[in-house]
Amino acid sequence: MRPGDYPLKPEECVLFALRSLYQGFGYSQFKMSKFEEYDLYVRNKDFLVSDGIITFTDTDGRLMALKPDVTLSIIKNTRQMPGSVQKLYYNENVYRISGGTHSFKEIMQTGLECIGEVDLYCLCEVVSLAAQSLRIIDDGYVLDLSHMGVVSALVDALALDADTRGRVLACVGEKNGDGVRKLCPGKDIEGLLALIAAHGPASEVIPSLRRWCTEGAARQALDELEAVTGVLEANGCGGVRVDFSIVNDMNYYNGIVFMGYINGIPTGVLSGGQYDKLMQRMGRKARAVGFAIYMDLLERLNEVVRPYDVDTVVLYDETADITALTRAVRKLAESGDSVSAQKSIPEKLRFRRLLRFSKGGIVDAQ
Amino acid sequence: MPNSMINVALPKGRLGEKVYGMFAAAGYECPSILEPNRKLIFENAAAGVRYFWVKPSDVAIYVERGAANVGVAGKDILLEYAPEVYELLDLNVGRCRMAVAAKRGYRDNPEHTLRVATKFARIAREYYAGLGRDIDIIHLNGSIEIAPILGLSDVIVDIVETGKTLLENDLEPIETIVPISARLIANKASFKFHSNEIEAIQRGLKGQVKNDD
Repeated sequence: MRPGDYPLKPEECVLFALRSLYQGFGYSQFKMSKFEEYDLYVRNKDFLVSDGIITFTDTDGRLMALKPDVTLSIIKNTRQMPGSVQKLYYNENVYRISGGTHSFKEIMQTGLECIGEVDLYCLCEVVSLAAQSLRIIDDGYVLDLSHMGVVSALVDALALDADTRGRVLACVGEKNGDGVRKLCPGKDIEGLLALIAAHGPASEVIPSLRRWCTEGAARQALDELEAVTGVLEANGCGGVRVDFSIVNDMNYYNGIVFMGYINGIPTGVLSGGQYDKLMQRMGRKARAVGFAIYMDLLERLNEVVRPYDVDTVVLYDETADITALTRAVRKLAESGDSVSAQKSIPEKLRFRRLLRFSKGGIVDAQ
Repeated sequence: MPNSMINVALPKGRLGEKVYGMFAAAGYECPSILEPNRKLIFENAAAGVRYFWVKPSDVAIYVERGAANVGVAGKDILLEYAPEVYELLDLNVGRCRMAVAAKRGYRDNPEHTLRVATKFARIAREYYAGLGRDIDIIHLNGSIEIAPILGLSDVIVDIVETGKTLLENDLEPIETIVPISARLIANKASFKFHSNEIEAIQRGLKGQVKNDD
Protein backbone atom coordinates (compact mmCIF):
# COMPACT_ATOMS: atom_id res chain seq x y z
CA MET A 1 0.00 0.00 0.00
CA ARG A 2 1.47 3.33 -1.03
CA PRO A 3 0.36 6.82 -0.06
CA GLY A 4 -2.12 8.03 -2.62
CA ASP A 5 -3.99 4.73 -2.96
CA TYR A 6 -7.65 5.64 -3.07
CA PRO A 7 -9.59 5.81 -0.76
CA LEU A 8 -7.00 5.91 2.05
CA LYS A 9 -5.42 9.24 2.83
CA PRO A 10 -1.60 9.33 2.69
CA GLU A 11 -1.29 9.64 6.46
CA GLU A 12 -3.59 6.66 6.94
CA CYS A 13 -1.43 4.52 4.64
CA VAL A 14 1.62 5.64 6.60
CA LEU A 15 -0.08 4.65 9.83
CA PHE A 16 -0.79 1.11 8.63
CA ALA A 17 2.70 0.69 7.27
CA LEU A 18 4.26 1.91 10.52
CA ARG A 19 2.12 -0.41 12.58
CA SER A 20 3.19 -3.43 10.58
CA LEU A 21 6.83 -2.28 10.74
CA TYR A 22 6.79 -2.00 14.54
CA GLN A 23 4.89 -5.26 15.02
CA GLY A 24 7.38 -6.95 12.74
CA PHE A 25 10.15 -6.06 15.18
CA GLY A 26 8.24 -7.43 18.17
CA TYR A 27 6.76 -4.20 19.49
CA SER A 28 3.32 -4.60 21.01
CA GLN A 29 0.68 -1.92 20.96
CA PHE A 30 0.20 0.15 24.08
CA LYS A 31 -3.37 1.35 24.41
CA MET A 32 -4.18 3.99 26.93
CA SER A 33 -7.05 6.03 28.24
CA LYS A 34 -7.49 9.64 27.18
CA PHE A 35 -7.07 10.82 30.78
CA GLU A 36 -4.34 10.61 33.36
CA GLU A 37 -4.02 12.12 36.79
CA TYR A 38 -2.72 15.65 36.46
CA ASP A 39 -0.11 14.89 39.09
CA LEU A 40 1.87 12.76 36.65
CA TYR A 41 2.46 15.70 34.32
CA VAL A 42 2.96 18.42 36.88
CA ARG A 43 5.90 16.52 38.39
CA ASN A 44 7.59 16.29 35.00
CA LYS A 45 6.40 19.50 33.43
CA ASP A 46 9.62 20.36 31.67
CA PHE A 47 9.59 17.04 29.84
CA LEU A 48 6.46 18.07 27.97
CA VAL A 49 6.72 19.82 24.63
CA SER A 50 4.28 22.57 25.61
CA ASP A 51 3.17 24.02 28.93
CA GLY A 52 -0.60 23.92 28.65
CA ILE A 53 -2.58 20.95 29.91
CA ILE A 54 -6.37 20.58 29.73
CA THR A 55 -7.58 19.60 33.20
CA PHE A 56 -10.91 18.66 34.72
CA THR A 57 -12.15 17.26 38.02
CA ASP A 58 -13.21 13.63 38.03
CA THR A 59 -16.37 12.49 39.86
CA ASP A 60 -14.31 11.54 42.90
CA GLY A 61 -12.64 14.93 43.11
CA ARG A 62 -9.30 13.96 41.56
CA LEU A 63 -7.78 16.47 39.17
CA MET A 64 -7.41 14.78 35.80
CA ALA A 65 -5.74 15.81 32.56
CA LEU A 66 -6.31 15.06 28.90
CA LYS A 67 -3.01 13.47 28.07
CA PRO A 68 -0.50 15.89 26.51
CA ASP A 69 2.10 13.14 26.16
CA VAL A 70 2.29 9.36 25.90
CA THR A 71 5.79 8.54 27.14
CA LEU A 72 5.09 9.44 30.78
CA SER A 73 2.03 7.20 30.83
CA ILE A 74 3.97 4.33 29.33
CA ILE A 75 6.69 4.62 31.95
CA LYS A 76 4.10 4.82 34.70
CA ASN A 77 2.24 1.77 33.50
CA THR A 78 5.12 -0.55 32.69
CA ARG A 79 6.31 -2.95 35.35
CA GLN A 80 9.96 -3.32 36.14
CA MET A 81 11.31 -6.49 34.63
CA PRO A 82 15.02 -6.74 35.43
CA GLY A 83 17.12 -8.26 32.73
CA SER A 84 14.66 -7.76 29.89
CA VAL A 85 13.49 -5.06 27.53
CA GLN A 86 9.88 -4.07 26.98
CA LYS A 87 9.09 -2.96 23.47
CA LEU A 88 5.93 -0.96 22.93
CA TYR A 89 4.44 1.17 20.20
CA TYR A 90 1.46 3.46 20.30
CA ASN A 91 -0.81 5.53 18.13
CA GLU A 92 -2.66 8.03 20.27
CA ASN A 93 -4.15 11.48 20.21
CA VAL A 94 -2.53 13.96 22.54
CA TYR A 95 -3.81 17.38 23.54
CA ARG A 96 -1.48 20.29 23.73
CA ILE A 97 -0.92 23.88 22.74
CA SER A 98 0.26 24.08 19.17
CA GLY A 99 3.17 26.39 18.53
CA GLY A 100 1.82 29.02 16.17
CA THR A 101 -1.77 29.36 17.29
CA HIS A 102 -1.41 29.33 21.11
CA SER A 103 -4.59 27.29 21.34
CA PHE A 104 -5.17 23.64 22.22
CA LYS A 105 -5.01 21.12 19.45
CA GLU A 106 -5.63 17.42 19.14
CA ILE A 107 -2.49 15.96 17.64
CA MET A 108 -2.10 12.40 16.48
CA GLN A 109 1.16 10.92 17.54
CA THR A 110 2.70 7.57 16.72
CA GLY A 111 5.83 6.25 18.30
CA LEU A 112 7.61 3.55 20.14
CA GLU A 113 9.47 3.06 23.39
CA CYS A 114 12.08 0.52 24.38
CA ILE A 115 12.34 0.27 28.18
CA GLY A 116 14.58 -1.87 30.37
CA GLU A 117 18.14 -3.09 29.88
CA VAL A 118 18.73 -0.92 26.83
CA ASP A 119 22.04 -1.84 25.18
CA LEU A 120 23.80 -0.99 21.94
CA TYR A 121 21.53 -3.38 20.05
CA CYS A 122 18.40 -1.63 21.32
CA LEU A 123 19.81 1.80 20.45
CA CYS A 124 20.64 0.68 16.92
CA GLU A 125 17.24 -0.99 16.51
CA VAL A 126 15.31 2.09 17.62
CA VAL A 127 17.36 4.51 15.51
CA SER A 128 17.08 2.22 12.52
CA LEU A 129 13.30 1.93 13.02
CA ALA A 130 13.16 5.73 13.14
CA ALA A 131 14.96 5.88 9.79
CA GLN A 132 12.70 3.20 8.31
CA SER A 133 9.63 5.07 9.58
CA LEU A 134 10.82 8.19 7.78
CA ARG A 135 11.40 6.23 4.59
CA ILE A 136 7.82 4.91 4.78
CA ILE A 137 6.60 8.51 4.95
CA ASP A 138 8.75 9.72 2.05
CA ASP A 139 11.98 8.80 0.28
CA GLY A 140 13.32 12.33 0.77
CA TYR A 141 14.21 12.20 4.45
CA VAL A 142 17.07 12.98 6.81
CA LEU A 143 17.56 11.56 10.30
CA ASP A 144 19.86 13.77 12.34
CA LEU A 145 21.69 12.09 15.20
CA SER A 146 23.34 13.82 18.12
CA HIS A 147 24.73 12.76 21.47
CA MET A 148 23.90 14.82 24.53
CA GLY A 149 27.10 13.61 26.18
CA VAL A 150 29.29 15.25 23.54
CA VAL A 151 27.44 18.56 23.72
CA SER A 152 27.33 18.69 27.52
CA ALA A 153 31.00 17.68 27.90
CA LEU A 154 32.18 20.46 25.58
CA VAL A 155 29.91 23.02 27.25
CA ASP A 156 30.89 21.83 30.77
CA ALA A 157 34.55 22.31 29.88
CA LEU A 158 33.89 26.06 29.59
CA ALA A 159 32.90 26.21 33.32
CA LEU A 160 29.99 28.64 32.82
CA ASP A 161 27.38 29.77 35.32
CA ALA A 162 23.95 28.11 34.99
CA ASP A 163 22.36 31.05 33.16
CA THR A 164 25.11 31.44 30.57
CA ARG A 165 25.28 27.66 30.14
CA GLY A 166 21.59 27.61 29.27
CA ARG A 167 22.07 30.37 26.75
CA VAL A 168 25.10 28.70 25.19
CA LEU A 169 23.09 25.48 24.81
CA ALA A 170 20.32 27.47 23.12
CA CYS A 171 22.94 28.86 20.70
CA VAL A 172 24.09 25.29 19.92
CA GLY A 173 20.46 24.50 19.04
CA GLU A 174 20.36 27.54 16.72
CA LYS A 175 23.76 26.83 15.11
CA ASN A 176 24.56 30.30 16.37
CA GLY A 177 28.34 30.45 16.50
CA ASP A 178 28.36 34.26 16.72
CA GLY A 179 26.13 34.02 19.79
CA VAL A 180 28.53 31.62 21.55
CA ARG A 181 31.45 33.95 20.76
CA LYS A 182 29.64 36.84 22.45
CA LEU A 183 28.61 34.79 25.48
CA CYS A 184 32.05 33.34 26.16
CA PRO A 185 34.64 36.07 25.61
CA GLY A 186 38.18 34.92 26.30
CA LYS A 187 37.26 31.24 26.59
CA ASP A 188 38.56 28.43 24.42
CA ILE A 189 35.45 27.74 22.37
CA GLU A 190 37.12 26.31 19.27
CA GLY A 191 35.79 22.80 19.97
CA LEU A 192 32.26 24.02 20.56
CA LEU A 193 32.32 26.11 17.36
CA ALA A 194 33.51 23.07 15.43
CA LEU A 195 30.63 21.11 16.96
CA ILE A 196 28.12 23.77 15.90
CA ALA A 197 29.44 23.90 12.34
CA ALA A 198 29.68 20.11 11.96
CA HIS A 199 26.95 18.25 10.14
CA GLY A 200 26.89 15.48 7.59
CA PRO A 201 27.66 11.77 7.32
CA ALA A 202 29.04 10.23 10.52
CA SER A 203 32.16 8.99 8.74
CA GLU A 204 33.14 12.63 8.05
CA VAL A 205 31.85 14.44 11.11
CA ILE A 206 32.97 12.14 13.93
CA PRO A 207 36.69 11.98 12.96
CA SER A 208 36.72 15.78 12.55
CA LEU A 209 35.62 16.18 16.18
CA ARG A 210 38.03 13.63 17.68
CA ARG A 211 40.66 16.21 18.60
CA TRP A 212 38.25 17.95 20.99
CA CYS A 213 36.94 14.74 22.52
CA THR A 214 40.12 12.98 23.56
CA GLU A 215 39.20 11.93 27.07
CA GLY A 216 36.53 11.37 29.69
CA ALA A 217 32.82 11.78 29.04
CA ALA A 218 33.27 13.52 25.68
CA ARG A 219 35.31 10.68 24.26
CA GLN A 220 32.97 8.03 25.65
CA ALA A 221 29.96 9.80 24.16
CA LEU A 222 31.59 10.22 20.75
CA ASP A 223 32.57 6.53 20.83
CA GLU A 224 28.97 5.57 21.52
CA LEU A 225 27.72 7.76 18.67
CA GLU A 226 30.32 6.22 16.38
CA ALA A 227 29.29 2.71 17.43
CA VAL A 228 25.62 3.37 16.63
CA THR A 229 26.25 5.14 13.32
CA GLY A 230 28.79 2.45 12.40
CA VAL A 231 26.23 -0.32 12.82
CA LEU A 232 23.60 1.63 10.86
CA GLU A 233 26.02 2.36 8.04
CA ALA A 234 27.19 -1.26 7.86
CA ASN A 235 23.56 -2.33 7.53
CA GLY A 236 22.90 0.13 4.72
CA CYS A 237 20.57 2.37 6.71
CA GLY A 238 20.54 5.53 4.58
CA GLY A 239 19.67 9.13 5.28
CA VAL A 240 21.38 9.21 8.68
CA ARG A 241 23.47 12.32 9.43
CA VAL A 242 25.23 13.66 12.48
CA ASP A 243 24.17 17.13 13.64
CA PHE A 244 24.58 18.45 17.16
CA SER A 245 21.93 21.15 16.96
CA ILE A 246 19.36 18.82 18.54
CA VAL A 247 19.45 20.00 22.13
CA ASN A 248 16.79 18.31 24.22
CA ASP A 249 16.31 19.03 27.93
CA MET A 250 19.32 17.61 29.74
CA ASN A 251 17.28 16.95 32.88
CA TYR A 252 15.52 14.18 31.01
CA TYR A 253 17.54 13.19 28.01
CA ASN A 254 21.03 11.78 27.86
CA GLY A 255 22.96 9.83 25.27
CA ILE A 256 21.73 9.55 21.71
CA VAL A 257 19.05 12.01 20.59
CA PHE A 258 17.64 12.33 17.11
CA MET A 259 15.31 14.31 14.91
CA GLY A 260 13.79 13.34 11.58
CA TYR A 261 12.95 15.64 8.67
CA ILE A 262 10.97 15.09 5.48
CA ASN A 263 11.69 17.15 2.38
CA GLY A 264 8.72 19.49 1.98
CA ILE A 265 7.68 19.66 5.65
CA PRO A 266 9.10 22.77 7.33
CA THR A 267 9.62 21.31 10.80
CA GLY A 268 10.96 18.06 12.22
CA VAL A 269 8.37 15.26 12.05
CA LEU A 270 10.13 12.73 14.25
CA SER A 271 11.80 13.35 17.55
CA GLY A 272 13.38 10.92 19.96
CA GLY A 273 16.25 9.85 22.11
CA GLN A 274 17.46 8.17 25.24
CA TYR A 275 15.75 9.33 28.41
CA ASP A 276 17.43 7.41 31.23
CA LYS A 277 17.29 10.52 33.40
CA LEU A 278 13.51 10.72 33.15
CA MET A 279 13.37 7.07 34.22
CA GLN A 280 15.52 7.90 37.25
CA ARG A 281 13.31 10.84 38.14
CA MET A 282 10.30 8.54 38.03
CA GLY A 283 12.05 6.08 40.34
CA ARG A 284 12.73 3.40 37.73
CA LYS A 285 15.93 1.43 37.63
CA ALA A 286 15.93 1.01 33.90
CA ARG A 287 17.10 2.74 30.75
CA ALA A 288 14.87 3.82 27.93
CA VAL A 289 14.92 5.04 24.34
CA GLY A 290 12.07 5.92 22.04
CA PHE A 291 10.67 8.32 19.49
CA ALA A 292 7.46 9.96 18.41
CA ILE A 293 6.17 10.95 14.97
CA TYR A 294 3.84 13.92 14.71
CA MET A 295 1.29 12.60 12.28
CA ASP A 296 -0.60 15.89 11.95
CA LEU A 297 2.37 17.32 10.03
CA LEU A 298 1.96 14.70 7.31
CA GLU A 299 -1.43 16.01 6.26
CA ARG A 300 -0.10 18.08 3.39
CA LEU A 301 2.51 15.64 2.20
CA ASN A 302 1.98 14.04 -1.22
CA GLU A 303 -1.42 15.58 -1.32
CA VAL A 304 -3.40 14.02 -4.16
CA VAL A 305 -5.38 16.75 -5.83
CA ARG A 306 -8.48 15.10 -7.23
CA PRO A 307 -10.10 16.91 -10.13
CA TYR A 308 -13.60 15.91 -8.99
CA ASP A 309 -15.34 15.77 -5.63
CA VAL A 310 -17.49 12.93 -6.90
CA ASP A 311 -17.58 10.92 -10.13
CA THR A 312 -21.30 11.01 -10.77
CA VAL A 313 -24.22 13.13 -9.69
CA VAL A 314 -27.63 11.50 -10.05
CA LEU A 315 -30.50 13.98 -10.10
CA TYR A 316 -33.96 12.87 -9.08
CA ASP A 317 -37.23 14.64 -8.28
CA GLU A 318 -40.26 14.11 -6.04
CA THR A 319 -41.88 11.75 -8.47
CA ALA A 320 -39.01 9.23 -8.36
CA ASP A 321 -39.70 5.68 -7.24
CA ILE A 322 -37.39 5.52 -4.22
CA THR A 323 -36.95 1.75 -4.34
CA ALA A 324 -35.80 1.87 -7.95
CA LEU A 325 -33.65 4.94 -7.27
CA THR A 326 -31.91 3.24 -4.34
CA ARG A 327 -31.20 0.21 -6.48
CA ALA A 328 -29.87 2.30 -9.36
CA VAL A 329 -27.57 4.38 -7.16
CA ARG A 330 -26.22 1.29 -5.42
CA LYS A 331 -25.50 -0.33 -8.78
CA LEU A 332 -23.52 2.72 -9.87
CA ALA A 333 -21.60 2.81 -6.58
CA GLU A 334 -20.78 -0.89 -6.85
CA SER A 335 -19.36 -0.36 -10.31
CA GLY A 336 -16.56 1.64 -8.62
CA ASP A 337 -17.76 5.19 -9.24
CA SER A 338 -18.52 7.52 -6.38
CA VAL A 339 -22.12 8.67 -6.63
CA SER A 340 -24.02 11.47 -5.05
CA ALA A 341 -27.81 11.41 -5.39
CA GLN A 342 -29.20 14.95 -5.26
CA LYS A 343 -32.35 16.83 -6.08
CA SER A 344 -30.39 19.73 -7.47
CA ILE A 345 -26.69 20.18 -8.15
CA PRO A 346 -24.99 21.42 -4.99
CA GLU A 347 -23.12 24.68 -5.41
CA LYS A 348 -19.40 24.33 -6.16
CA LEU A 349 -19.60 20.54 -6.40
CA ARG A 350 -17.18 19.25 -9.05
CA PHE A 351 -18.33 16.12 -10.86
CA ARG A 352 -17.35 14.11 -13.91
CA ARG A 353 -20.77 13.28 -15.28
CA LEU A 354 -24.34 14.21 -14.62
CA LEU A 355 -27.11 11.60 -14.76
CA ARG A 356 -30.80 11.92 -14.21
CA PHE A 357 -33.15 9.38 -12.66
CA SER A 358 -36.23 9.44 -14.77
CA LYS A 359 -39.09 7.01 -15.38
CA GLY A 360 -37.56 4.32 -13.20
CA GLY A 361 -34.17 4.40 -14.92
CA ILE A 362 -30.91 6.32 -15.23
CA VAL A 363 -30.46 8.58 -18.27
CA ASP A 364 -27.71 10.93 -19.30
CA ALA A 365 -28.69 14.44 -18.24
CA GLN A 366 -26.30 16.19 -20.60
CA MET B 1 7.83 26.86 -6.97
CA PRO B 2 10.70 24.54 -7.89
CA ASN B 3 12.83 23.23 -5.06
CA SER B 4 16.22 24.01 -6.51
CA MET B 5 15.92 27.78 -5.92
CA ILE B 6 16.71 29.19 -2.52
CA ASN B 7 13.93 31.49 -1.35
CA VAL B 8 15.24 34.49 0.57
CA ALA B 9 12.89 36.64 2.67
CA LEU B 10 14.22 40.19 2.99
CA PRO B 11 12.84 42.82 5.35
CA LYS B 12 11.21 45.66 3.42
CA GLY B 13 12.91 49.00 3.95
CA ARG B 14 16.33 50.52 4.41
CA LEU B 15 17.79 47.53 6.27
CA GLY B 16 16.55 45.15 3.58
CA GLU B 17 18.24 47.19 0.84
CA LYS B 18 21.48 47.21 2.76
CA VAL B 19 21.27 43.47 3.30
CA TYR B 20 20.48 42.92 -0.38
CA GLY B 21 23.69 44.83 -1.09
CA MET B 22 25.57 42.23 0.94
CA PHE B 23 23.89 39.37 -0.95
CA ALA B 24 24.74 41.06 -4.27
CA ALA B 25 28.36 41.59 -3.28
CA ALA B 26 28.52 37.92 -2.29
CA GLY B 27 27.52 36.92 -5.82
CA TYR B 28 23.74 36.68 -5.45
CA GLU B 29 22.77 39.81 -7.33
CA CYS B 30 19.37 40.39 -8.89
CA PRO B 31 19.42 43.91 -10.39
CA SER B 32 15.68 44.09 -11.08
CA ILE B 33 15.08 44.18 -7.34
CA LEU B 34 16.17 47.82 -7.08
CA GLU B 35 13.88 49.07 -9.85
CA PRO B 36 11.15 51.29 -8.47
CA ASN B 37 7.98 49.21 -8.83
CA ARG B 38 5.56 47.30 -6.70
CA LYS B 39 6.77 43.82 -7.48
CA LEU B 40 7.44 41.69 -4.43
CA ILE B 41 9.25 38.68 -5.89
CA PHE B 42 12.52 38.76 -7.86
CA GLU B 43 14.68 35.92 -9.03
CA ASN B 44 18.05 35.20 -10.50
CA ALA B 45 17.85 31.66 -11.84
CA ALA B 46 21.57 31.56 -12.65
CA ALA B 47 22.55 32.34 -9.07
CA GLY B 48 19.76 30.07 -7.77
CA VAL B 49 18.10 32.66 -5.56
CA ARG B 50 14.64 34.15 -5.37
CA TYR B 51 14.15 37.22 -3.18
CA PHE B 52 10.97 38.56 -1.75
CA TRP B 53 10.22 41.61 0.32
CA VAL B 54 8.10 41.10 3.41
CA LYS B 55 7.30 43.11 6.51
CA PRO B 56 10.38 42.92 8.78
CA SER B 57 8.45 41.35 11.64
CA ASP B 58 7.10 38.65 9.26
CA VAL B 59 10.47 37.40 8.00
CA ALA B 60 10.80 34.91 10.85
CA ILE B 61 7.32 33.52 10.12
CA TYR B 62 8.12 32.92 6.43
CA VAL B 63 11.33 31.18 7.38
CA GLU B 64 9.95 29.16 10.29
CA ARG B 65 7.12 27.83 8.13
CA GLY B 66 9.41 27.04 5.23
CA ALA B 67 7.98 29.49 2.64
CA ALA B 68 11.47 31.02 2.66
CA ASN B 69 14.55 28.84 3.05
CA VAL B 70 16.55 31.68 4.54
CA GLY B 71 15.85 35.24 5.59
CA VAL B 72 17.23 38.23 7.40
CA ALA B 73 15.61 39.30 10.64
CA GLY B 74 16.54 41.61 13.48
CA LYS B 75 17.59 40.01 16.76
CA ASP B 76 14.67 41.88 18.39
CA ILE B 77 12.19 39.85 16.31
CA LEU B 78 14.02 36.61 17.05
CA LEU B 79 13.99 37.30 20.79
CA GLU B 80 10.36 38.37 20.80
CA TYR B 81 8.86 35.56 18.72
CA ALA B 82 11.47 32.85 19.43
CA PRO B 83 10.92 31.12 16.07
CA GLU B 84 12.25 27.58 15.57
CA VAL B 85 15.00 28.52 13.10
CA TYR B 86 18.77 28.34 12.78
CA GLU B 87 20.55 31.63 13.41
CA LEU B 88 23.51 31.22 11.11
CA LEU B 89 25.24 34.58 11.06
CA ASP B 90 25.34 37.97 12.73
CA LEU B 91 25.39 40.37 9.76
CA ASN B 92 26.40 43.25 12.01
CA VAL B 93 24.15 45.72 10.17
CA GLY B 94 21.01 47.44 11.41
CA ARG B 95 22.72 47.83 14.72
CA CYS B 96 20.77 49.28 17.62
CA ARG B 97 19.82 48.20 21.12
CA MET B 98 16.77 47.12 23.06
CA ALA B 99 16.55 49.57 25.93
CA VAL B 100 14.45 50.76 28.80
CA ALA B 101 13.65 54.48 28.55
CA ALA B 102 11.77 56.88 30.78
CA LYS B 103 11.04 60.57 31.22
CA ARG B 104 14.16 62.52 32.00
CA GLY B 105 14.84 62.44 35.74
CA TYR B 106 12.56 59.44 36.32
CA ARG B 107 13.15 57.52 39.56
CA ASP B 108 11.78 54.00 39.95
CA ASN B 109 9.58 53.42 42.96
CA PRO B 110 10.02 49.74 43.86
CA GLU B 111 6.89 49.79 46.04
CA HIS B 112 4.70 50.01 42.93
CA THR B 113 4.20 47.56 40.11
CA LEU B 114 6.20 48.99 37.21
CA ARG B 115 4.05 49.88 34.21
CA VAL B 116 5.93 49.05 31.00
CA ALA B 117 4.68 50.09 27.57
CA THR B 118 6.19 48.11 24.71
CA LYS B 119 5.82 46.30 21.41
CA PHE B 120 8.16 43.63 22.76
CA ALA B 121 6.15 42.01 25.57
CA ARG B 122 8.22 38.85 25.81
CA ILE B 123 11.57 40.64 25.91
CA ALA B 124 10.25 43.03 28.58
CA ARG B 125 8.75 40.22 30.65
CA GLU B 126 11.91 38.14 30.58
CA TYR B 127 14.13 41.10 31.38
CA TYR B 128 12.13 42.16 34.42
CA ALA B 129 11.61 38.54 35.55
CA GLY B 130 15.41 38.30 35.65
CA LEU B 131 15.46 41.34 37.94
CA GLY B 132 12.64 39.96 40.08
CA ARG B 133 10.58 43.08 39.38
CA ASP B 134 6.79 42.87 39.20
CA ILE B 135 5.54 44.63 36.06
CA ASP B 136 2.34 45.46 34.23
CA ILE B 137 2.81 45.18 30.47
CA ILE B 138 0.95 47.62 28.26
CA HIS B 139 1.11 46.28 24.73
CA LEU B 140 1.27 49.07 22.14
CA ASN B 141 1.87 48.84 18.40
CA GLY B 142 3.54 52.18 17.77
CA SER B 143 4.37 55.66 19.09
CA ILE B 144 5.53 54.00 22.29
CA GLU B 145 7.32 57.22 23.32
CA ILE B 146 4.01 58.90 24.09
CA ALA B 147 3.12 56.44 26.87
CA PRO B 148 5.30 57.84 29.67
CA ILE B 149 4.56 61.44 28.63
CA LEU B 150 0.83 60.89 29.03
CA GLY B 151 1.27 58.88 32.21
CA LEU B 152 0.13 55.67 30.54
CA SER B 153 3.30 53.91 31.67
CA ASP B 154 6.34 54.52 33.89
CA VAL B 155 8.87 53.29 31.36
CA ILE B 156 9.02 51.94 27.82
CA VAL B 157 10.98 49.04 26.37
CA ASP B 158 11.85 49.78 22.76
CA ILE B 159 14.54 49.83 20.11
CA VAL B 160 16.95 52.72 20.42
CA GLU B 161 19.12 53.55 17.43
CA THR B 162 20.48 57.06 17.93
CA GLY B 163 18.30 58.14 20.84
CA LYS B 164 17.10 61.16 18.84
CA THR B 165 13.38 60.33 19.04
CA LEU B 166 13.70 59.83 22.78
CA LEU B 167 15.53 63.12 23.19
CA GLU B 168 12.96 65.06 21.19
CA ASN B 169 10.25 63.69 23.46
CA ASP B 170 12.15 64.49 26.63
CA LEU B 171 12.89 60.84 27.32
CA GLU B 172 16.21 59.15 28.03
CA PRO B 173 17.46 55.57 27.87
CA ILE B 174 18.10 54.26 31.38
CA GLU B 175 19.12 50.66 30.76
CA THR B 176 20.30 48.57 27.80
CA ILE B 177 18.64 45.14 27.68
CA VAL B 178 20.42 43.65 24.69
CA PRO B 179 22.29 44.84 21.60
CA ILE B 180 20.43 44.19 18.33
CA SER B 181 21.62 43.54 14.79
CA ALA B 182 20.37 41.74 11.69
CA ARG B 183 20.84 37.97 11.55
CA LEU B 184 20.82 35.42 8.74
CA ILE B 185 18.27 32.78 9.69
CA ALA B 186 17.40 29.48 8.02
CA ASN B 187 14.53 27.05 8.16
CA LYS B 188 15.70 23.93 10.01
CA ALA B 189 14.27 21.40 7.56
CA SER B 190 15.47 23.40 4.51
CA PHE B 191 18.95 23.38 5.99
CA LYS B 192 18.88 19.56 5.91
CA PHE B 193 17.95 19.34 2.24
CA HIS B 194 19.77 22.42 0.87
CA SER B 195 22.74 22.59 3.22
CA ASN B 196 25.28 23.18 0.42
CA GLU B 197 23.39 26.14 -1.06
CA ILE B 198 22.56 27.66 2.32
CA GLU B 199 26.10 27.29 3.63
CA ALA B 200 27.42 28.86 0.44
CA ILE B 201 25.21 31.88 1.11
CA GLN B 202 26.39 31.91 4.74
CA ARG B 203 30.04 31.86 3.66
CA GLY B 204 29.47 34.51 1.01
CA LEU B 205 27.77 36.85 3.46
CA LYS B 206 30.38 36.20 6.11
CA GLY B 207 32.90 37.71 3.73
CA GLN B 208 30.76 40.86 3.58
CA VAL B 209 30.33 41.32 7.32
CA LYS B 210 32.23 44.31 8.61
CA ASN B 211 33.44 43.74 12.15
CA ASP B 212 34.03 46.97 13.95
CA ASP B 213 34.83 45.56 17.37
